[in-house]
Amino acid sequence: MKNWPLWEVFIRSKNGLHHKHVGSLHATDAEMAMQNARDVYTRRSEGVSIWVVESKHITASNPEENGELFEPAQDKVYRHPTFYEMPDELEHI
Amino acid sequence: MKSQEDIFQEKIDAELKIEAKDWMPEKYRKTLIRQISQHAHSEIVGMLPEGNWISRAPNLRRKVALLAKVQDEAGHGLYLYSAAETLGAERDQMFRDLNSGKAKYSSIFNYPTLSWADIGAIGWLVDGAAIMNQVMLTRTSYGPYARAMVKICKEESFHQRQGYEIMMTLAQGTPEQKEMAQDALNRWWWPSLMMFGPSDKESTHSAQSMKWKIKRKSNDELRQHFVDVSVPQAAYLDLKIPDENLKWNEERGHHDFGEIDWEEFWNVVKGNGPCNRARLKARNKAYDDGKWVRDAAVAYAEKQLAVSS
Repeated sequence: MKNWPLWEVFIRSKNGLHHKHVGSLHATDAEMAMQNARDVYTRRSEGVSIWVVESKHITASNPEENGELFEPAQDKVYRHPTFYEMPDELEHI
Repeated sequence: MKSQEDIFQEKIDAELKIEAKDWMPEKYRKTLIRQISQHAHSEIVGMLPEGNWISRAPNLRRKVALLAKVQDEAGHGLYLYSAAETLGAERDQMFRDLNSGKAKYSSIFNYPTLSWADIGAIGWLVDGAAIMNQVMLTRTSYGPYARAMVKICKEESFHQRQGYEIMMTLAQGTPEQKEMAQDALNRWWWPSLMMFGPSDKESTHSAQSMKWKIKRKSNDELRQHFVDVSVPQAAYLDLKIPDENLKWNEERGHHDFGEIDWEEFWNVVKGNGPCNRARLKARNKAYDDGKWVRDAAVAYAEKQLAVSS
């Protein structure tokens, strides 16, 4: 173990919100990753819950495939409410 | 047909951020690794001159503040090392480059902290100068670096205030205390101006870095801004900035100031400042003395893994 494994840190800032990626750190195991995450990323009450996951377990999409992944959504305006015509006087819709 | 480099530059011009897995010119990657790792090393070495005074802080209030500040610097170093790693740099290699003297860090940390007033001057001036640079970098074109800078800037603002408060307490104290504050300002003023790097006409990396929006203001612009905001702050303390040529220039709307001793600047960069050797020695000692802890952590993790499988 030359370079200690890399871990990604996710923090829930308060109940009711999603965990959000805040950064990464190195640790030999999950327990150390948790302790380090607390020291590095929550020194000013930034969180009420921490997730740590070893970076190698994350599969990321490839930016070169962004076209086939995300472009199909771009020409589907009918998926948005503003696509549909409504008379101005109509309310609560 | 547009080249990948053209597409990359168009993204930069359109103010789109570059993320870790996006295509980027090799030189953009190299420039960022160099700059971000130097920045990380500066945070780490920056703990040494201040750590020197933790055990001698004049009271508990000052001591907890200084401890928290030094702990923040460690955190900032870690954010930055992580950002450099997203570009393919290795943590252990960066440590080795720092410890061997191959990598640079901010020259300001090669000056000694001789009195408690130096802790005030560092917070006020050195952190003040760093913040000026770092606020600009929150808008840098590389996403992970920009995000690290946002976190750092949020935390830094207390650093500068705790420094100024120390200066204020001393400047309003006994004549001896005021003299300490003046002496610290005398010694830290010029090295703080040097923190912004060589003048624009001498700066080798600037033009390309501006084009790639890694940086958005020139060294001289940032330095001028720093002088302009520091003058009234020094006046409030009733301390004198050690520069005979410092005066307001109505026409420019800025302060004129004296020439930096560039010979001293390059001398410290090249490793001959008052504390270069001591800083590297301290870093190497910390790394070597910590080896058994790192080894034990690895042995423990491997043993746990063996037990569970």
